[in-house]
Parts: sequence; structure tokens; C-alpha cells
Amino acid sequence: MTRLGWIRLAVVAGFVLLIEVLCRTGVIGKLTMIPPSAMAVELWALLKSGKADADIVQTLRNVAVAFALSVVGGFVLGVGLHSITRLRRAVDPFLATYYAIPFFAFYPLLVSIFGLNAAPIILIGFLFGVVAMIINTINGLDRVPRVLLKTARVCGMDPVRTALMIKLPSAAPHLFTGAKLAIAYSFIGVIAAEFIMSTSGLGYSIAYAFNNFDNKTMYALMLFIITLVTVINAVFHVWERRIMARRGR
Amino acid sequence: MHALGPVDLTLAQGEFYSVVGPSGCGKSTLLDVLAGLSAPTEGTILFEGQEVRGSVPAGIGVVFQEDATFAWLTVWDNIAFGLRRAGMDAAEIERRVSYALGFMGLTDFSKAYPSQLSGGMRQRVCIARTLVMQPRLILLDEPFGALDAQTRLLMGDELLRLWRETGATVMLITHALDEAAMLSDRIGVMSARPGRLIADIETGWPRERDSRIASDDAFGNITAELWGLLREESMKAAGMAEKGRA
Repeated sequence: MTRLGWIRLAVVAGFVLLIEVLCRTGVIGKLTMIPPSAMAVELWALLKSGKADADIVQTLRNVAVAFALSVVGGFVLGVGLHSITRLRRAVDPFLATYYAIPFFAFYPLLVSIFGLNAAPIILIGFLFGVVAMIINTINGLDRVPRVLLKTARVCGMDPVRTALMIKLPSAAPHLFTGAKLAIAYSFIGVIAAEFIMSTSGLGYSIAYAFNNFDNKTMYALMLFIITLVTVINAVFHVWERRIMARRGR
Repeated sequence: MHALGPVDLTLAQGEFYSVVGPSGCGKSTLLDVLAGLSAPTEGTILFEGQEVRGSVPAGIGVVFQEDATFAWLTVWDNIAFGLRRAGMDAAEIERRVSYALGFMGLTDFSKAYPSQLSGGMRQRVCIARTLVMQPRLILLDEPFGALDAQTRLLMGDELLRLWRETGATVMLITHALDEAAMLSDRIGVMSARPGRLIADIETGWPRERDSRIASDDAFGNITAELWGLLREESMKAAGMAEKGRA
């Protein structure tokens, strides 16, 4: 690990230790927060008991579906918008201001359309992630050097081959950024939607524990989500680094 | 507004022809039109008797000024790219790529990625990628424009060697008068925009030659002649009118 990496680790470890001390000494009350070590113990017990398994599986499935739809849909829509210049110019302001819309306000509407099931939850995750992917796809395509497109023509490549063999790899760094944002946004969208109006899933379980003063379960689940998202992001990051390192970017 | 004026040009098979002209005169447009990358508004282009229109004919290779290497492929895969597209069998690809790597002095870098190479070496990769296709006409659009002066001289020698070895016809677009004077059999001089060919200069160099001809008296004469033709055109291009000074 690099020196900066150690410093980062020290910052996180120091913060956790500080919380631990504050909880143990009673500066932070028992009803407010349990010590991080207790969270870990509770989480271990919860996972071993298997009580949260169904909720975990459901949330992960919803996030996975929302993420996949965001990435594939965002890429296809991005490629389409990029090729139709006029349409792209027309919708540019919508894309730019998209994240100013508070989607959750529309959740009741989605529920009344789709019913109280996974569909509105996945849809919110998708709506959150897809535009980040569209914007980054368009950005990436804008930055494909013209000389590479000329080279493709010299090689006699048709538009589909050019898109798959030249544009896609050339825009890959931007597509990675889009996918990373899409996974984060899918998590936020799905868990928040479960929080508000759902009868299962991790978001719902946290809200349920909160309403029942079940601090142990609540903090255990929070720790689970943070750990999960961190691990997924780290895996993605390492994968991206490995691919980009050879390109010197 | 036309980028390029009327141009009537015939390249003899196997000759080394250069085009010089002031900036913005349409040199690159001329190359794009000849390669089939852009269509002319009027007139026709014939390559080996066939009309060029809308697509780049097999047998024409193009090298651009900008870095056209594929950042996501190794040097080897970059060079093999066109051959694979053409569906050539693996053994022949192997043979041609190995030869091109050796010819361009890239053998030790076959597994490197472009980001690990200098600008000059990346341009060699692009030239090698064109070379393996065994083109009969090689069009080069200011290929050494982004390189430092010494690398340019060496790359010029490489280009002469490649030209002799392959027997291909070469057309080089350049803004460097000394480069044109040093490398070419024949030099076309273009006017300011919209560019037309205003002069045609034969250098009379022997086929066996390299950058050392820069010390020949004739080299200075040719360069001076080119500048004599281009000075006024360059001033027009730069927006400077010739003042009536004594």
C-alpha cells in the first residue's frame, strides 16, 4: 500500500476508534448509538441467524436489476442521442437539470401505477442511475479522437464495427465513470425507496428497526450496507485501475 | 467557400511526391479527397484506373499527423488491426507484423501499450500499421508535424527506406520546406486558400538518398526556390499584405 493509502486507512480507523470511545464513555448515549464494535457483533449474529437473508437478497436483486437497466439503457440512449445531434441539443438542458428533480416525491404515483411491489423500487433506482450513464456515454463519445474515426474508415469499417471496436473502447474511461455513478445511484434509489414505502428489503428493515427502538438491528444493517457498498466500489475501482493502467490514464 | 481550388495532379507509380503550402490552404483536404475520405464537389479521382468515391480503396494507406494509435491495444495488436479486419490468416499476420516491427525498430516494444511509447515511436506504430497492409499508394498528412526536429530527420530517413523497400508511391503533405526538399522526387507548391497548385519542382535526387543530402548545394537551392514561391502566399494566409517598401 502507498503512503497515502496508509494515511487514508488511519483516518478511517481513527474515526471509528473515536466513535467507539465516545460511545463507551457515555458521551454518545446508548439510545442514540451503539459502539462500532457492538455493531459488528450484532451484524455477525444477525447474519448467522439468517433472519435478514430474505431482505438482503431482495435488495441486492433490486439494485442489480436497476443497475443493469441503467448501464445498458443509459449506454444505448447515450449512443442514440449522440448520433442525432438535433435531438441531443434539444434534450441537453433536461439532462443537465435532471438531478434537480426530487424523484421520491413521485413515489406514491409510481406505487399507484405499478402497485406495491418491486417495480416502483427498481424504477426509482433506474431513474436515478440511467441519466448519469447517458451523460457519461455522450461525454465519452464526444472525446473519441476524430483521427481514430478516420482510421476506421481507412480500414473500411462499417458504422456498427466502428462503434464496437473503436468508439466503445475509446470511450471506455467515461463509460466506467458512468457505471460507477450508476451503481451508487441505484443503491441510493433502491434503499431509499424501500425506506419510504415498502414491506421488505434492507431499507424497510432499517426503518422498521428504527420505529421499534431496535438500535442493535438498525446499526447492524447500516454497517452491512456501508461495508457492502464499499466492497463493491473497491472491486470496481481495482478492475478499472487494472484496465486503465495499461493505457497510462 | 471552398477549402480547395481546382487541382489537376497525376502521380507517377513509385514516385515520392510532396505538397507544400501555407497553413490553411487545403493540403489536408486534398489528401482527404485523394484518399476517398471526403468527396470532391467537382471532378474525379482515379486510383489505378478506378474512380475513388465515398470509401478508401484497398491499396491506399494513410498516415495522419495526430496520434492514431489505439490506446487499448498493444503495439502488436495495433499493427495487426487492419490485417485482422481484412480476415487474413494468422500465420500471414504473424509474418507481416513481425517484419513491420523489425523494419520500424519496434520489436522490443511489441507488447507495450502506446502510452508507454514516445510520440515518435507511436508514429512508427501508425506507419507500421499502414505498412503491413502493403499499400501501393501511401498518403501522409504531416506525419512528423508533432515531433522534434531531430526525430523528424530520422523519421524522414525511415520513410525513404520504406519507400525504396516497398516500391510504393508516396505522397507527403508537409509545411516543412526542408522536409519536402530532402525527401521528394517532385514537389507541388500550393497557393493560399483556396489552394491551387502553382508550381511543380523536380529535385533530381537519386533513389538512394537520406537526410545527409541536406549538405548538398542543390538542397539549399531547392529550399530557397520553394520559399521564393511560398513567401507571398504565406503572407496572404497570415493576413499580411506585401507592403510597397523599397
